[in-house]
Amino acid sequence: MSTLSSELSPPDASRGREPAPSPASERVIILESGRAERNYWRDLWHYRELFAILAWRDVAVRYKQTAIGLAWALARPFLTMVVFTVIFSRVAKLPSDGSAPYPILVFAGMLPWFLFSSVLSEASNSLIGNANLISKVYFPRLVIPSASAVVALVDFAVNLAMLALLMLWWGFLPGWRVILLPAFVALAVLASLGPALWITALNVKYRDFRYIIPFIVQFGLYVSPVGFSSAVVPEKWRFWYSLNPVVGVIDGFRWCLLGGQSQFYLPGFLVSLAVVAFFLWFGVHYFRATERAFADMI
Amino acid sequence: MSDVVIRAEGLGKKYLIGHEGKRESYVALRDVVARNLKGFVRSAGDVLSGRQLIVGDEVEEFWALKDVGFEVKRGEVLGIIGRNGAGKSTLLKILSRITEPSAGRVEIKGRVASLLEVGTGFHPELTGRENVYLNGAILGMSRAEIKRKFDEIVAFAEVEKFLDTPVKRYSSGMYVRLAFAVAAHLEPEILVVDEVLAVGDAEFQKKCLGKMGEVAGQGRTVLFVSHNMVAIQHLCARALLLKGGRIALDEASQPVISHYLSDAVSSNKIDLESWIDRITTGEARIIALEYDDGRNGTSITFGGNLRIRIRARFPTPARDPVFGFVIHDGTGVPLSDFCSAHDGLHAGVVSGELSIEARVCELSFHPGRYLLSPWICDSAFQRNLDFPKLCAAIEINQAAGEHGDMRLEKAWGTVYFPAHWRLVSGADQ
Repeated sequence: MSTLSSELSPPDASRGREPAPSPASERVIILESGRAERNYWRDLWHYRELFAILAWRDVAVRYKQTAIGLAWALARPFLTMVVFTVIFSRVAKLPSDGSAPYPILVFAGMLPWFLFSSVLSEASNSLIGNANLISKVYFPRLVIPSASAVVALVDFAVNLAMLALLMLWWGFLPGWRVILLPAFVALAVLASLGPALWITALNVKYRDFRYIIPFIVQFGLYVSPVGFSSAVVPEKWRFWYSLNPVVGVIDGFRWCLLGGQSQFYLPGFLVSLAVVAFFLWFGVHYFRATERAFADMI
Repeated sequence: MSDVVIRAEGLGKKYLIGHEGKRESYVALRDVVARNLKGFVRSAGDVLSGRQLIVGDEVEEFWALKDVGFEVKRGEVLGIIGRNGAGKSTLLKILSRITEPSAGRVEIKGRVASLLEVGTGFHPELTGRENVYLNGAILGMSRAEIKRKFDEIVAFAEVEKFLDTPVKRYSSGMYVRLAFAVAAHLEPEILVVDEVLAVGDAEFQKKCLGKMGEVAGQGRTVLFVSHNMVAIQHLCARALLLKGGRIALDEASQPVISHYLSDAVSSNKIDLESWIDRITTGEARIIALEYDDGRNGTSITFGGNLRIRIRARFPTPARDPVFGFVIHDGTGVPLSDFCSAHDGLHAGVVSGELSIEARVCELSFHPGRYLLSPWICDSAFQRNLDFPKLCAAIEINQAAGEHGDMRLEKAWGTVYFPAHWRLVSGADQ
């Protein structure tokens, strides 16, 4: 007892109560049941450093302690491309878009698909994976799933470099449209973030929702125009086919990368865009509504 | 100064808990199917409407915190004490915005940083340096702030040499030191701390307490939860005592601590069936504790005997459980641990209700008030099967008879050891 107290100043002497100067713009936080956070979006901006550091952590951890770290990011799309080219082009004899080489057609479809599916799986498991943070510290929870999407973007950058090499190999260069590619990258991320936010929030309460993800990813690879051009879909179905938001994203990618060789089907694209917007709104809405109770349930 | 930075009014937090209804031992398949179907339909309904999912047949509301109201002024260091389950952690979680209250409101002025655990978010694969930045950001420090304090943090943690080693290779001591060092350099206006001092070795704990004292001295507002009454007494001028989710007492820390510790029942026979503050796995339950002087007398004296009888229930058979009890001083500091295995008792396989008796001869604690915590753990000392804490009080009286002429005061010491004395020089031979 005495050893402890000797380290401490006596309770009243040192505490002369020199109050810390109060900043003029001191914010008052009011915590109440069911009170929506007014400054949520400003808070989110305030926590941008946390976002950056969590994203950096996910990337660093992913490439640490993996013997062939980068090779995984290269092998997966490459092998998928080879298999798809053989199956869809050689066996099923599906046509490419215009004169574009089939492997490039496949690769241009696979890029957004992998981006979409890895954002979806990373983000939907992110809250559970960071349960210790959620139950111990406050910050806008939206930071976690969005930071985890950054890992997928790093893999995407690697894949994009591979595509550039492939295009050089075939001597097939994209036209001016390629400058619009970033917009479609953003679209792919947003398309996936919507459902991911919804599923990750559901995952906090009901762990069985995580089993849905591998299913969506596996199934989606075949229902989305990854291994084939969406032009092979009969005209009368094409509008309905675009209800799958990935269709619009992939079509956009091909339109950017394959030059004029890929036809852009505008009504379908607008439908995809609407579906993306709806899911994003719904995902954010659901996430925000349940966010406050995450710590109680995780 | 009447500058209030935290004002809580009618604060409450409700949890819903599900209970399994009464199950007949004899069940028909039809009932099982019907019950599961009913459960499934309810769960599906809850999922669709976004309600909390509850397992069990009956749902009960449980208020972890109810009608809590208090004010904290700028620069005040407030201690929060209470037994396990009294609502301390829930209160801290609300104040640090991790969870929202179900009732009432809190107004907080200024930046709050909460330390509910040291090393939140530490990643084993990352190096010490990387983890400082990560943990700092999680606790709400900006990058520039961490950069400025980096050397100070590292020096405080004494891990300079291992900065570029992944923390998974750190010893647990180094890990905790680094984690606390980051936390100690937080500079929020309001700091909420939960029991983080219960880590690290004694030397480091002292350093942490010193740092806490320093923070308090800088005029920052601190809310501090601890079971360490010594720390509370030294750091906090004022304390809140929570009991069953309500504020039982809110005044200067000394009387609050005394009141908290006086909870322990000073009776020779104590019923522990419904004692709440306990660590338990459910494999055993201590249901009563009795003590006397070994001759059915109720007065315990210095130099006399103490006989303790623990009644316990084992719902399922347990192999070689170890029984014991801790004697604490009046402020809860453990003084002596008695253990059946050390004294050669092997219980074998036990089940159902049983009683176990221990007899301590020639009690050498100075007269005064002591507290008792009986415990049962598994044969490997890995798990506390049941451990009701600080549940009994025992008054040791001045000796009579054999030691009757000895004067021992509580203030002079705690334990008496007889020694052999002789005069070596200066006396006439």
